[in-house]
Amino acid sequence: MNHAPLSPAIYGILAEFDSSTDLVYAARAAYAAGYRKMDAYSPFPIEEASEAIGFHKTRVPLIVLLGGLLGGLSGFGLQYWINVISYPLNIGGKPYDSWPAFIVPTFEMTILFAGLAGVFGMFALNGLPMPYHPLFNVDRFSDVTRDKFFLCVEAADPQFDLVDTQRFMESLKPLSISEVPH
Amino acid sequence: MMDVPWPDEPPVLGPGQTFGSMTDTIADAVLTRPIGLGWLAGLAIGMGLVAILMAAVTYLFLIGVGIWGINIPVGWGFAIINFVWWIGIGHAGTLISAILLLLKQTWRNSINRFAEAMTLFAVACAGMFPLLHMGRPWLAYWMFPYPSSMGVWPQFRSPLVWDVFAVSTYATISAVFWYVGLVPDFATMREKASHPLTKKVYGILGLGWRGSARHWKRYEALYILLAGIATPLVLSVHTVVSFDFAISIVPGWHTTIFPPYFVAGAIYSGFAMVLVLAIPIRHYYHLESMITMRHLQNSAKIMLATGLIVAYGYFFEAFIAFYSGSTYERFMMQNRWFGPYAVFYWSLILLNLVIPQVLWVPKIRANTAWLFLISLVILVGMWLERFIIIITSLSRDFLPSSWGHYVATRWDYAIFFGTIGFFAAAIFIFIRIMPAISIFEMRTLLPEAEVKAK
Repeated sequence: MNHAPLSPAIYGILAEFDSSTDLVYAARAAYAAGYRKMDAYSPFPIEEASEAIGFHKTRVPLIVLLGGLLGGLSGFGLQYWINVISYPLNIGGKPYDSWPAFIVPTFEMTILFAGLAGVFGMFALNGLPMPYHPLFNVDRFSDVTRDKFFLCVEAADPQFDLVDTQRFMESLKPLSISEVPH
Repeated sequence: MMDVPWPDEPPVLGPGQTFGSMTDTIADAVLTRPIGLGWLAGLAIGMGLVAILMAAVTYLFLIGVGIWGINIPVGWGFAIINFVWWIGIGHAGTLISAILLLLKQTWRNSINRFAEAMTLFAVACAGMFPLLHMGRPWLAYWMFPYPSSMGVWPQFRSPLVWDVFAVSTYATISAVFWYVGLVPDFATMREKASHPLTKKVYGILGLGWRGSARHWKRYEALYILLAGIATPLVLSVHTVVSFDFAISIVPGWHTTIFPPYFVAGAIYSGFAMVLVLAIPIRHYYHLESMITMRHLQNSAKIMLATGLIVAYGYFFEAFIAFYSGSTYERFMMQNRWFGPYAVFYWSLILLNLVIPQVLWVPKIRANTAWLFLISLVILVGMWLERFIIIITSLSRDFLPSSWGHYVATRWDYAIFFGTIGFFAAAIFIFIRIMPAISIFEMRTLLPEAEVKAK
């Protein structure tokens, strides 16, 4: 298969399916056939679809955890520094480090940082916002936000071949097949 | 914990729906439906009240909080009553979007979007009151810890400072949770919109979402985590609000039952507001097959349950007042029952405890007109609860020589009804520019969404 051009003229080949079941089976078949650089597209989350294309783990939970730890530590640290170091003030004989009183802001800062880290982290990992994407060049692809399901094998895949891959995707019995221009 | 219906219960989703038909029903209510007279009239009333709010706030800023009925000993008055009432209403939105998601109560999928919008607008109304109540609202940033040239910092041992952190975190997390839920739906709107400008606006809001399986995987991981952190957050917010009272030593406020009883009351009034919004919206936008009687009945049952927790709170307030042996606590209760505000107390018991008991009757839970009326009754009842807690305790605390009497002025009412108008106008605008039901979550409710063996 060494006749595939090094910088292919297209982004990939896109197959359209009518149901989530067809999409997941097609994705599994493509994975079994050795394709790795591909993605499934659907109007709602399908757990099996990400499994089928071999995408098992996401770093979002780790980012949320780190954000929460950072928020909690900085929330408590801020109050400790203010009350013990920067401006110690005797309030009713309470200790400067009145840690039980600092729990509520610490908790709220934990939640705030965890949530914001997660949201920005998720969008960053997903590469969003992305106003342009080659897939938007295919008219039929607009139905991915409605009721159609798509599988795209990308030209960047080492096994990609314009003719062979197209033939393989036809064997998956999709509703339609399109080449995705850049 | 799956929500399995009884044989005679109405379904979560009406018959004959497809992915496409649901998308069209929800999106067309925004994109193609002409602007109706009813909507215009509703918006006009809301905006009229907002105009009154603006006038009252302008006068307040010119003259000061002296235009309100507050004075020593009643320094809190309407501003804090309305703050607690509004923030409580917001809690049902987070409960529906976060707690019911964690419990896999998929029936929530058709009501979470506008319930979250309701949360945001209610928190916006709530947030106005502490600012207006400050006397010098242009110094509101003093509440936040920033390195000021005065060298001083907020007092972190005070629940009022905790409240700043709790409410601002709640507003932020509610806003991002809502927006994250909207992104895939904005993508749907982008593809469905015909006007180029509308397409562009939804396109920007949708961030170029393309439904990739990798994106969905990260998205779902985040969504469930956000729900997981929003759940303790929402419980903490009204707990901290109740600390504003419970940490003081004022009779009637200094009780440990306040946090759970405030949270239950918040959810109680919040679900009442959900029904007040859902019943007209489903009727006028013909969403009966998505917001079914099942949703209304489930909400009514949650109101019944939380109402009983609130009733338990009232009972124990009275019991402990006498059991404590404290003269001041006992007097506080007698003052509520027979004092100058007794008529408010007994109206509260009637509206909040007695009337809602009719929700035990299945026929009433199945009647939208009754549900709507009872929800309004509960909203008034919950407002009276906050009135009783704040006004009776402050007006007659320890020394009879320093007792007072609180009467709200027209400016108090103007600002209170003004925020109701603000809330209504925001809801009216929201349902015209954004999908009021989460489209992508509705799609997952269809049996076709599941991957089957072949």
